[in-house]
Amino acid sequence: MEAAQDRWIAVHPLVVRIAHWINVIAVLLMIASGWRIYNADPLFDFSFPDELTLGGWLAGALQWHFAAMWLLALNGLVYVCYGIVSGHFRRKLLPISPRAVLRDVREALRGRLAHDDLSVYNAAQRAAYLALIVALAVLVLSGLAIWKPVQLYWLGMLMGDYEGARLVHFFAMTAVVLIVIVHVIMVILVPRTFPSMFTGRIRRAS
Amino acid sequence: MSKTRRMGDSFLAHRTPQIANLERRLFLKRGLSVGALALLSGCELTDAESVQKVLWAMSGWNDRVQDWLFDSRRLAPEFPESRITRPFPFNGYYSESEVRVIDGTDYKLELGGMIRDRKPWRLPELYALPQVSQVTRHICVEGWSAIGKWSGVRFSDFLQRIGADTTAKYVGFQCADDYSTSIDMATALHPQTLLAFKFADEILPPKYGFPMKLRMPTKLGFKNPKHVAAIFVTNEYPGGYWEDKGYNWFSGS
Repeated sequence: MEAAQDRWIAVHPLVVRIAHWINVIAVLLMIASGWRIYNADPLFDFSFPDELTLGGWLAGALQWHFAAMWLLALNGLVYVCYGIVSGHFRRKLLPISPRAVLRDVREALRGRLAHDDLSVYNAAQRAAYLALIVALAVLVLSGLAIWKPVQLYWLGMLMGDYEGARLVHFFAMTAVVLIVIVHVIMVILVPRTFPSMFTGRIRRAS
Repeated sequence: MSKTRRMGDSFLAHRTPQIANLERRLFLKRGLSVGALALLSGCELTDAESVQKVLWAMSGWNDRVQDWLFDSRRLAPEFPESRITRPFPFNGYYSESEVRVIDGTDYKLELGGMIRDRKPWRLPELYALPQVSQVTRHICVEGWSAIGKWSGVRFSDFLQRIGADTTAKYVGFQCADDYSTSIDMATALHPQTLLAFKFADEILPPKYGFPMKLRMPTKLGFKNPKHVAAIFVTNEYPGGYWEDKGYNWFSGS
């Protein structure tokens, strides 16, 4: 027991840490420029405040969006391949059961979710990280369907043609934004998780 | 040769004193890391010249990727006439009240560049050519889309008829409303690329581009020039009205 108190444990492999921070930059660039593009022809009865957008005007926002998409997609591809091949996903994100997710979310809302062993994700974390991966994949695919509605016609057809793909793209963005907000709040509530995404290790709680 | 450099030059040409001023102020903020730049994401920060250069270069890279993705046999989806969007939206670099009204009687389509038979064409001669129709989706760079019906002569047939050198890289368009644009030869030869004279079975009204527009369901709306006055074939990158301001040149669908 005594010995375990000061033990540093490895939580995040180097590839995951690098991919995480590249993803932070890519997602911020994509969302800020995407909001400016949205503002050119809002799907719904609101626009995003210009101060929160990137690009200055539609052409500038499109340049950012179509430059940062390479960063997002290539980084995501490396991360997903690594996660599958190395067993990282299987070890850290699985197994996952709806009942466990509901239980942990309820506990978290009561402020009672245990964080003793930060090397193991609880069910709420597993669900959030898996959902983020899926939402980003849907964002990339719907983005491709919007960008290439003729060449990638079949992809658009899965989402209700061009206009359907626009809606899918918007809602996948919304999902990403919500998950990121919850994620940042959780990091603020459990601050010792923050440096571990740089150093890769964490001191076990006493 | 480098299109990126040429685009960069035209970017500089559009650099107004205000932008130059902004850049000077921004130069002081250069110490910021890329991460901080991303986090702040204020629009003025992004006018820094080095950032602009990277973005223009990426746009040039995306031109090459789209050229590679473009399948000249892949057809844009066609729709039944019941799906036509009514009224079909107007769009241009000016408002609808400023639409140029072109007189068809003394209209002549001028031809230039790598074309064998460069005699100008009058409207009755153009109307006499065999025509086809399409009901396709027009997608605007702003995001909206609308379905319309266009009729006209297949552009590849027309290029053949005038003896255009179809091994050239670009086809450029000068328009009677002082608009200009240019496209890649592969798209010019695509079977759905039309020199369109009609919208919804009526001679194009002024707001849809009388006397003719180039209709390409494989490119974004702004690449479809209206009021076409001159067509030229060239190997020199011609740019265009919006393209020179920063919109992606290929802009293919």
